[in-house]
Amino acid sequence: MILRRPFFWIIAAIVAAFAIAPAIGDNIELRESLVLAAVYITLASNINMILGYAGYVNFGSIVFFGLGGYFSVWLMSAHAWPLAAALVAGGVAVSALALVFGLGILRLRGVYFALSTIGVNEGVMAFVANFGPWGGSTGIYLSPALFQPLGGPAKALWVIYYLLVGIMGLSLVLSYAVKRSKFGLGLLAIGQNEDAAALLGVPTPRYKAIVYSLSAFLPAIAGGLYFFKSAYIQPPDAFDLQLSTETIVVAMLGGQGTVAGPALGAFLYEELRGWLLTSPTFSHFQLVVAGVLLLAIVLFAPGGLMGLLYRLWPRLRSFLE
Amino acid sequence: MNALLEVENLSKQFGGLRAVQALSFEVREGTILGLIGPNGAGKTTVFNLLNGVFAPDEGQVRFRGADITGLAPFRVARHGLARTNQIVQPFANMTVLENCVVGACFGRENLPLARAREAAREAVTLVGLEDRLDALASQLTIAGKKRLELARALAARPTLLLLDEVLAGLNPVEIERMIGIIRTIRDSGISILMIEHLMQAIMSLSDRIVVLNSGAKLAEGLPAEVAADPMVIGAYLGDPGFVDKLRES
Ligand SMILES: Nc1ncnc2c1ncn2[C@@H]1O[C@H](COP(=O)(O)OP(=O)(O)OP(=O)(O)O)[C@@H](O)[C@H]1O
Ligand SMILES: [Mg+2]
Repeated sequence: MILRRPFFWIIAAIVAAFAIAPAIGDNIELRESLVLAAVYITLASNINMILGYAGYVNFGSIVFFGLGGYFSVWLMSAHAWPLAAALVAGGVAVSALALVFGLGILRLRGVYFALSTIGVNEGVMAFVANFGPWGGSTGIYLSPALFQPLGGPAKALWVIYYLLVGIMGLSLVLSYAVKRSKFGLGLLAIGQNEDAAALLGVPTPRYKAIVYSLSAFLPAIAGGLYFFKSAYIQPPDAFDLQLSTETIVVAMLGGQGTVAGPALGAFLYEELRGWLLTSPTFSHFQLVVAGVLLLAIVLFAPGGLMGLLYRLWPRLRSFLE
Repeated sequence: MNALLEVENLSKQFGGLRAVQALSFEVREGTILGLIGPNGAGKTTVFNLLNGVFAPDEGQVRFRGADITGLAPFRVARHGLARTNQIVQPFANMTVLENCVVGACFGRENLPLARAREAAREAVTLVGLEDRLDALASQLTIAGKKRLELARALAARPTLLLLDEVLAGLNPVEIERMIGIIRTIRDSGISILMIEHLMQAIMSLSDRIVVLNSGAKLAEGLPAEVAADPMVIGAYLGDPGFVDKLRES
């Protein structure tokens, strides 16, 4: 059982640290930095299932986050759905859509697949920007009254934070459970050599479509929470290719294909980014850093930080995943 | 003895090249059928047609009575037809055991993970790689990778095993060993269709032999009959070594 493995408890410890640290002394500044870290970890862990396990580079994974945001925000503002129902509905709707897109574009391989994922993101953004019910290019603004059921804005921000940390924890558990499963083994085989995997009986089309759809679910819910927190959503923020690219950098920095790597990479990257943004010399410099990091990883450390750690202490492999 | 695999009138064209032409043969249960022919004769293409890597232009493949013509490779594997690749295709960053677990998980028996591990261990032991169980596939020698190909296919517990030149690139000691392994597999009840260039080996292992030339069947029969067939010898006149080896065996 998953509960008996040490790695599960490492995940639990990470989640507990996220939950407790900002609560000590009501540290709102720390909470806001950890909100972003939790979002990055969620996005990176989920993209890792398709990028790190199945070996498909999804440049447009942010479309899940943005669409999830739109679905939830719209359900709450136009149909007065409660937060929880709107979030779950957003996750389900986006996963279903991803399944449809996935069955189409996962016939492509390599660079063609990567390009098509950008196409999906840009296509969806163009559609949303012209979609009346979702406010077209002006997007949707939420009324502050929507925070009332959660006990007013100040308290609502804490509720949202804890929900996001929960989604982050679920992402790590999902990513771990998948890796340990037969499904995960099939994905890893696809990632190593898709033709050989198919010859051995791995149902490659189905597995790829399922993982593409599965990797959409939690990011969509995270999007719902994130844009509920912002109280507005607009196409360029929801479908931000820059964030999409950063997600890939983060997963590769930590070590694609490992469970802990994307979380580690996301946390370090977010802290670094926070520092770069507040340091006057480097403002908006994070993309340059991201680019240089990506190059350095691809050239010198294809296994990312986890790869380096494993090389230094091979015994880590026995309890880190 | 029943026909396990029945191939009827199979044809495949690549552009203007007729790689396989109206080929028919069958593999009987519990036997080894050898498939030989010069380079480029279309042997590997036949495997690709049986496995569903390519759909044939014409013809039919029946396996244990079921029509499997043109099924996707992963569906063919589920029917109990496993295969090794002429050019080894290991999952390089997985261990030897993990490679074989993939075979066991998704093969004929569609085993759950825990039981797949047992089947994988058995297959690894059968090919003699048990001391490399936790080595990464990328760290194996070429002979080791060849054995891994075989172990991975075997872990699926197939009914029919397609072997594409598993002896190529091995030294005489390794060849001797591999021949022993192949016999053990056949004796365990798994039927085999094998492609091989090494005449001595194929002649001694096969129950029957099909000779392919330019995509078409040139001859078929017992090893001795095929070796004595003037048509077969004629087809290899450009390859004097081949004729010598045929005579030897
Ligand atoms: N995918 C393909 N596209 C085009 N031509 C192909 C393809 N696969 C094989 N061929 C051609 O079909 C012919 C038969 O190739 P095949 O690999 O089946 O030969 P073979 O008998 O296995 O040869 P060898 O003994 O060298 O392995 C060759 O001329 C080859 O170039
Ligand atoms: Mg060949």
